[in-house]
Amino acid sequence: MPASWIFLIVVVLAAAGYVLARGRAMASAGGDQRRLHSLPSYYGTNAAMAAAVPALGLLAIWLIAQPMVSDLYVSSGLPEAIQADAGERSLAMADVRRVADGLDYAVSQGAMTREEAANLSVSANDIRERLGAVGIALGSDVDETTLELAQQYRNLTNTGNTIRTVLVLLVALASFGAAYMMTAKDFRARNTVERAVLILLIAAACVAILTTIGIVFSLIFNTLDFFSRYPAAEFFLGTTWQPSFSGRGGGSELGFLPLIWGTLYISIIALAVAVPLGLFSAIYLSEYASKPVRSVVKPLLEVLAGIPTIVYGLFALLTVGPLLLSAFGNDGVLQLGWMSGGTAAMTAGLVMGIMLIPFVSSLSDDIINSVPQAMRDGSYGLGATQSETIRQVILPAALPGIVGAILLAASRAIGETMIVVLGAGAAASLSLNPFEAMTTVTAKIVSQLTGDGEFNSPETLVAFALGMTLFVITLALNVLALWIVRRYREQYE
Amino acid sequence: MTDATSASAPASQPPRIGSILHESDRTKRRNAAERRFRLYGVIAISIGMLFLAALLFAIVRNGIPAFTQTYMTVQIELPADVLDENGNRDPEDLRKVSTFGYNPLIAAALERTVSEAGIETEITDGSDLRDMLSSAAGAQLRDTVLADPDVIGTTQEFRLLASSRVDGYMKGRVDRESLARDPNLSPEHLDVVDGLVDAGAINRSFNWPFITGSDASESRPEQAGMGVAILGSFFMMLVVLVLSLPIGVAASIYLEEFAPQNKFTDFIEVNISNLAAVPSIVFGILGLAVFIQFAHLPQSAPLVGGLTLTLMTLPTIVISTRASLKAVPPSIRDAALGVGASKMQSVFHHVLPLAMPGILTGTIIGLAQALGETAPLLLIGMVGYIATNYPDGVASGFLDPNSAMPAQIFEWAKRADPAYYERAWGGIIILLVFLLTMNLIAILLRRRFERRW
Repeated sequence: MPASWIFLIVVVLAAAGYVLARGRAMASAGGDQRRLHSLPSYYGTNAAMAAAVPALGLLAIWLIAQPMVSDLYVSSGLPEAIQADAGERSLAMADVRRVADGLDYAVSQGAMTREEAANLSVSANDIRERLGAVGIALGSDVDETTLELAQQYRNLTNTGNTIRTVLVLLVALASFGAAYMMTAKDFRARNTVERAVLILLIAAACVAILTTIGIVFSLIFNTLDFFSRYPAAEFFLGTTWQPSFSGRGGGSELGFLPLIWGTLYISIIALAVAVPLGLFSAIYLSEYASKPVRSVVKPLLEVLAGIPTIVYGLFALLTVGPLLLSAFGNDGVLQLGWMSGGTAAMTAGLVMGIMLIPFVSSLSDDIINSVPQAMRDGSYGLGATQSETIRQVILPAALPGIVGAILLAASRAIGETMIVVLGAGAAASLSLNPFEAMTTVTAKIVSQLTGDGEFNSPETLVAFALGMTLFVITLALNVLALWIVRRYREQYE
Repeated sequence: MTDATSASAPASQPPRIGSILHESDRTKRRNAAERRFRLYGVIAISIGMLFLAALLFAIVRNGIPAFTQTYMTVQIELPADVLDENGNRDPEDLRKVSTFGYNPLIAAALERTVSEAGIETEITDGSDLRDMLSSAAGAQLRDTVLADPDVIGTTQEFRLLASSRVDGYMKGRVDRESLARDPNLSPEHLDVVDGLVDAGAINRSFNWPFITGSDASESRPEQAGMGVAILGSFFMMLVVLVLSLPIGVAASIYLEEFAPQNKFTDFIEVNISNLAAVPSIVFGILGLAVFIQFAHLPQSAPLVGGLTLTLMTLPTIVISTRASLKAVPPSIRDAALGVGASKMQSVFHHVLPLAMPGILTGTIIGLAQALGETAPLLLIGMVGYIATNYPDGVASGFLDPNSAMPAQIFEWAKRADPAYYERAWGGIIILLVFLLTMNLIAILLRRRFERRW
């Protein structure tokens, strides 16, 4: 039985359980609601939750675990040589799964009978052609082991599915039965339901922890895998980035330094645009602007923050890049010849700076507004002009917050992907010229993971090592920002 | 303003230093500094506004042409001896005539149309004229014939897609100079196009297929549309909404209302605030490693995209939900507890409904953010030439490979043909219309239901 059916049955059971248990509770109180411990609906809810929650939890775990278990079991039947190499093993298993799924699909389409599918042989039937006829394209002809393992896989999946159906429905029924039997007028249904709800709430809150764990683990394991294939020292200290395109070992130079150089260079250009513009906008809006001006300009600036980064990327690639090229390029108006293509560190940095303006300005605006009015009044009372008050009183008071905001903006800039993928170019270079194409950590994560390389080659796995460094850098910046804000914040009563 | 001028002071007396009537050098300097400082602010804001205007201008100017498309109206003869050799109108036999089999018919029709319009040109060969039409024109003809075999043997009027070069010429993107180096079309063709425009055979109309259609291969930009990608985004947003709203609200209720002050709670809170600042591409790596590598979910499926974006959106939703829960005054909770409600009842019956408008606003904004996110989708394979046909049914909508709006735009931006750039800008307009609508709904919700305590 497919999982969606089991799900529906459990839901129907829960709904029925609600009505039944509520009725039983009312009956046990002789139809008088006042003699019940809890409101009648709590008895129903209790039974419904008992029927649904454990069964659906089991179903979810089963859905995730079963493919892994059968994978593990079936792959032990592969030849030793293939098993030894993780890459070949996953390829072979993908073939097995494909054949198995293909056979199941052919049976469901009526192109094969069940017995026929179970008794196929490599020599007598042309499996590739028959599966091709129902739309399952196989990469190569099926060999003896693959077919055997595929049949084994199908059997396991079938047995697993049967056990799953029986077990989930059994759990739902048993748990509902227990809850139903407990339902009586003195049963403390509300307390039980509330405890269960609280557990569900805690579980939801733990999703955040699970996500972090997921991120850390998926990065760490693959990064370690990478370092077992490629020396860590060469990665961190290498000055050339030249992955071989064959994607199969050897010849690749995966130096991290040009990438981090490009990342930092572009981020610094972006901050050089965003920080002065954002900061002065924030100062003007919070200290000088009249109310109507503020109520128009502030939302307009924040529109910049709501625009998706792909739009900025396209803007960089198709508008800003050609514009810069026509000014600084070889045939440009200024006749400088600094730029040879539209995609450059400057293009990406400039556009990223535009994107960060509202980020810096709205954070700084909040911080400047939180400086108490009494400090301004004191300064005016001593005869300071408005700008002197801002420079000598307000900015020093707001400085920790502003530095925090700038660090957060920097972490945004370092982690930004789409603008650099489209605007910065693909060549990794350790150049000082901002008009030259550069590439960043994020851009290379995308290109290494979307390329055609095999998954277990260092060329692909390097993306995880890059992701790890990116994660660590942005995390450190965020923690530093929070720490500065907490440590140096002025407390006003 | 304190800068009274010295004109009012008696000229005979030497002005006293620091008088309110006379501006000393120092005061002048200070006032000048004040004006300069103010000017910096105005300049900063003007530059910001200028960037915004430039961005919007670029989007509108480059994107609007994608919403019209050039078509050519041609009378095409559908002779029975070519299309149906056996003469029995058997659909199986009709199917045997491939798309290429229709090309001679189109070529002949073009020759006739051109000579009827009285256009003098060096291009006399019909198959050469065929270059003015999209390579999809043959398929269009074939589909018509297969759908209704009765048209065989008659002459029908067809509105065929013009090729992207002709379309570009009509929109001013392509001119004779740029065609000189173009193998697909020659400048002479444009003379024919001019003649056909005068004869009324070529015209532009609103481009519905761009909004409803599917992606097309690299050589047929005139046929590419956003429809399937919009559907992919829709299924993804469905997953995000169904998962992130309940989980986010439940997590916020726990943290805001029930969580005791201890290490565990602190740990969860630190986690959430850190996740909010993790770059989106890292979530893409997470999705790739956990959902595809580990759990073997199908690659490029909107389900996986939705799950990945859910994890990315959760912190946003939790943060905004907690803010709106916090905004409900404690007196509401106290009153509920006072008349005998349990803590759980006071939260679910009183606090949550009052916080709902704020929660929904935050959720919509979180969804809008997820809708525009591209980077994680690239890593789980929702990019490439995949948004080619509509999913048949709801289940395949979640599980079949599909693209999403921003990923489709990225895909078009990467293709070499400039005709695709126009599509990318047009796609951005569609994406921004969706985002604008969502944000407007959020603002209206806030205006209509938000309560100030």
